[in-house]
Amino acid sequence: MDELRDYYQEWLEEELKPTVDNFGSRKKEFKTASDIELEALYTPLDIDDLDYLSELNFPGQYPYTRGVYATMYRSRLWTMRQYAGFGTAKETNQRYRYLLEQGQTGLSVAFDLPTQIGYDSDQPLARGEVGRVGVAIDTLKDMETLFDKIPLDKVSTSMTINAPAAVLLAMYVAVAEKQGVDRSKLAGTVQNDILKEYIARGTYIFPPEPSLKLVTDIFEFCSQELPRWNSISISGYHIREAGSDAIQELAFTLGNGIEYVESALERGLNIDDFAPRLSFFFNAQMNFFEEIAKFRAARRLWAEIMRERFGAKKDKSCMLRFHTQTAGAALTAQQPENNIIRVAYQALAAALGGTQSLHTNSFDEALGLPTEKSVKIALRTQQILAEETGVADVIDPLGGSYLIESMTDTLVEEARDYLEEIDKLGGMAEAIEAGFVQREIQETAYEMQKDIDNQEQIVVGVNKYQEEEEEEIEDILKVDPELEQSQKESLQRVRVNRDATKVEKHLTKLREAAEKEENLMYPILAAVKDYVSIGEICGVLRDIFGEYEARHF
Amino acid sequence: MTGKNIKVLIAKPGLDGHDRGAKVIARGLKEAGMEVVYTGLRQTPAQIVRAALQEDVDVIGLSILSGAHQELFPVIMDELEEAGLEDILVLAGGTIPDSDHQELKEIGIKEIFKPGTPIKEIVEFIEKELAE
Repeated sequence: MDELRDYYQEWLEEELKPTVDNFGSRKKEFKTASDIELEALYTPLDIDDLDYLSELNFPGQYPYTRGVYATMYRSRLWTMRQYAGFGTAKETNQRYRYLLEQGQTGLSVAFDLPTQIGYDSDQPLARGEVGRVGVAIDTLKDMETLFDKIPLDKVSTSMTINAPAAVLLAMYVAVAEKQGVDRSKLAGTVQNDILKEYIARGTYIFPPEPSLKLVTDIFEFCSQELPRWNSISISGYHIREAGSDAIQELAFTLGNGIEYVESALERGLNIDDFAPRLSFFFNAQMNFFEEIAKFRAARRLWAEIMRERFGAKKDKSCMLRFHTQTAGAALTAQQPENNIIRVAYQALAAALGGTQSLHTNSFDEALGLPTEKSVKIALRTQQILAEETGVADVIDPLGGSYLIESMTDTLVEEARDYLEEIDKLGGMAEAIEAGFVQREIQETAYEMQKDIDNQEQIVVGVNKYQEEEEEEIEDILKVDPELEQSQKESLQRVRVNRDATKVEKHLTKLREAAEKEENLMYPILAAVKDYVSIGEICGVLRDIFGEYEARHF
Repeated sequence: MTGKNIKVLIAKPGLDGHDRGAKVIARGLKEAGMEVVYTGLRQTPAQIVRAALQEDVDVIGLSILSGAHQELFPVIMDELEEAGLEDILVLAGGTIPDSDHQELKEIGIKEIFKPGTPIKEIVEFIEKELAE
């Protein structure tokens, strides 16, 4: 190494420096999206303190830096899971069946905003929002239609639902049982990550304390009843979309994970009973190598946290399994076809980072809802990556790269520092309450915008290679404005046809269970089976828990 | 009118929680010397109009990414008029398809800024409009 160091110094001073002096540098400084300064060249010197067995090890072995499974994509490719949902359950069901026919291997449900905030379609605040950004679900009736002719013992389903996650999970279990599928066979995920809603995504309902209790109720229910179900998807995706950098995405996501684990331990759950079903969700942004290193760093960090901080014994408790979505914030409204290329690079980073499932964005999503054609291109992008390029044939193919290993290390260290700072503030719930997390993200987001405005960060078609006359994309999926009315009418029909005394009885039981701080999954499951609506259930809980009031930082 | 005397309300109608853009714009306008009030998420048209009245603003910037703009913007414009606030300069941004721009301009929204618009362009637009 000493010899190498001498040669390296010599190369720096006698070769690189004179050349740079002669030709100049393309940029003032070279750095990643997280402001990590980049060397011109990486060599064995950058990883000379790397200990293979303790820091990398083999795939499927602690700390899982090289991947959580021994075979990775050699046995099975990542799950291609496109987030979809719009309009009514009937239309979305058709889109799901189309995607499954096209070779998609898992479902991912997008709910509309009223559903995500626990309002029925006929509540005044739902006006204009029914079926817009996802499918409208009011009662079990809609859920039955949503999964009509889709065998729930064969597909795995991810549901992006947080504040009312218990209600939608209960509906899913109820639909499966109607299909004759035992709940123990159900595979899928509920997002159930409320903390990042306060930080970044905004679909909170209740204050943090009762919300964390609901999260834990789901952990407990899943560990008892749904052995193949991921009880949470701890999401960095939205933190990144809100403007964080990669280090913040790592630190705040794992910080939220720590908070959920602590809250479950306080309930008296055993770490190895619930930890194997915790899953994660990350963003794939543009800065290619940093993103690959981020996924690897996340695995190492989480494994250490679980074993060292929480004393987990089972291997599965230490494995960070994650879903990835390409970055919505990187999509441009200008020259939208260019987004196809951006998505492809981001997807490549996710595959090289060892993701378990992937959503690739459609190129037209900065403009509106994707069309069937643009969704198909997005799915084909994954299929080409998986089946033509050969990237799936070798496990962790960039492992051992001087750059990737050095950057993985740097990200681990930087994220650890942040986590220490969060611990000092009393954990993530406290850090969010104090506005620390929100301010950190806002600061980064603003700096990033300034970099784009000053052309220090190039976005093709936006601040370089712009076109005077922008081609208009005419073909945007439109949600029929009549739909809101028809959804309200069908909800009304359910209300008329169900047994009103049963509904009252369920709501009373739910109220009592909430007051006594019992696990609410069971009374909610009983209620949805008798067609009690999401708005009615959340209405009772709003009464008891109150609503979260956001402050601005 | 220069940045110094201009007061802006940045408002989030509808239920979507995406306010990165709203907050970045709010901060950018502040740094350009304007006084900026941000409403926070999930504001009804009535709440937005009330805030505009109470804060006595010159400009309202509506940010929406849920797709409910065609439903909610006309209500906001009507209620502004009823409140006698039709002189306020109303701008919009978010996920708003090109094909909807014309319709929104016809109800009085002066400009729709697409994602990717530099903050400077918005500052200059506001200063120019208010100077006229």
